[in-house]
Amino acid sequence: MLRQAPRFLLRRASAAAMRWSRPFSTDLPAETAGDSKFVDAWKKLIPNIDPPKTPSAYMAPRPPTPSTIPSKLTVNLVLPYDSVLSAKEVDMVIVPAATGQMGVLPGHVATITELKPGILSVHEGNDITKYFLSGGFAFVHANSIADIIAIEATPVDRIDQNLVQKGLAEFQQKLHSASTDVEKAEAQIGIDVYSALNAALTG
Amino acid sequence: MAMAALRREGRRIAAPLISPQPINPIRSSIASSEYDTIPFAFRFVYIYIFRNRMKSVRNIQKITKAMKMVAASKLRAIQTRAENSRGLWQPFTALLGDTPSVDVKKNVIVTISSDKGLCGGINSTSVKISRGLYKLNSGPEKECKYVILGEKAKAQLVRDSKKDIELAITELQKNPLNYTQVAVLADDILKNVEYDALRIVYNKFQSVVAFLPTTSTVLSPEIVEREAEAGGKLGELDSYEIEGGETKSEVLQNLTEFQFSCVMFNAVLENACSEQGARMSAMDSSSRNAGDMLDRLTLTYNRTRQASITTELIEIISGASALEG
Repeated sequence: MLRQAPRFLLRRASAAAMRWSRPFSTDLPAETAGDSKFVDAWKKLIPNIDPPKTPSAYMAPRPPTPSTIPSKLTVNLVLPYDSVLSAKEVDMVIVPAATGQMGVLPGHVATITELKPGILSVHEGNDITKYFLSGGFAFVHANSIADIIAIEATPVDRIDQNLVQKGLAEFQQKLHSASTDVEKAEAQIGIDVYSALNAALTG
Repeated sequence: MAMAALRREGRRIAAPLISPQPINPIRSSIASSEYDTIPFAFRFVYIYIFRNRMKSVRNIQKITKAMKMVAASKLRAIQTRAENSRGLWQPFTALLGDTPSVDVKKNVIVTISSDKGLCGGINSTSVKISRGLYKLNSGPEKECKYVILGEKAKAQLVRDSKKDIELAITELQKNPLNYTQVAVLADDILKNVEYDALRIVYNKFQSVVAFLPTTSTVLSPEIVEREAEAGGKLGELDSYEIEGGETKSEVLQNLTEFQFSCVMFNAVLENACSEQGARMSAMDSSSRNAGDMLDRLTLTYNRTRQASITTELIEIISGASALEG
């Protein structure tokens, strides 16, 4: 019985230590199934080093799909250098999908779409905010959360008409003088963006 | 008693100090126990030795304090950008889930580290985690390659895994980090390296004193489709309508490339923040250490000085009293 005592004490001590090993973190939700598989595999093979954290540890889990269609759509618009809108409740957004303008309402079917340069308009009650997006992706989830990831998003009133015309002319010039496919593709991209900007200002 | 204290001090300060002048030959050639046998005049040399040593320690302290200030200002500049970029990878994890335990044939471990040193243990931690992931993902029919960003990880990994390093990129922070640069880098990596899963290892910046080693996993489009069919975390992917582009696989391809560049951008910024924070605390403890060393040296310097004055007085007085008879 005395031989069992150290093992018993060690188990108690390690259990207490495990309870203490997650201090002061309010943004660490419970680990999901995939994580525990990774953590277990790591601990078995490399017992001396703590396993690295994974991104799901830093993110609050998304709410599940509700049974009735919610009244508002939650929109996240993120850019590499800023989150322009995060968890904003709106009525509708119109995204510039590659296949045309797409309206997203609460209860929209789950979609993944590529975006082309164009205008994103956010409708909240009677307010409409318009941003010019440079392109990216948009995910609409079944739980009425829309994630829009773009590289640049500027409010339309900050765009200068003259610079747009100049840029368009410049890229059209480049397309005429382009020789290789790469240059042609780059010039074409420039023309697409500037024509979209032009349309945004006039339309 | 002063001699005994000096002997003790001598033993302690002999090794770690870096003294640039020719003081070292004198110091090291005289063992502290022989101090008493040295004729009196040469004891003055010791005072100069101490003074020079104190001057160099003081200079080191000033340099490390300055480095800490510089790191603090760089941290301030980059911290807001890193925090703003944190929203960038979250939609991808919400859509595609977090699958660090995925079982694939071709693993590529992207290790992010710093170019400059003196930043504490963060580079060693990243390398340890990379090696751990390598071990975890090696087996029959599986291969694991490294892509290294930064000099420090390259120096450590070249020693034992030279044949597994596909690509090594240095001088990332010569220009301020921006998305375009990271996108070009991600494009380079995706073009030149065959991968089924990319595992990015970096230190996430939690606070100025806490850095969490983290690994993010980005899967190739084929593996995404395979996992979606298999069910589990990506099982719901099939329920998403795909718009834009001609085929689903083309959109998935663009999606994974975009995900990789976004995750890389956040990882590089977080690692840069962690580097500056670690450098701040390393330089801070170094200045404090130099301060302690300086205090000890000052004490022994004063004791030596007073001892030599006392000895001189004793000799004069005993000489005088001998004359008087």
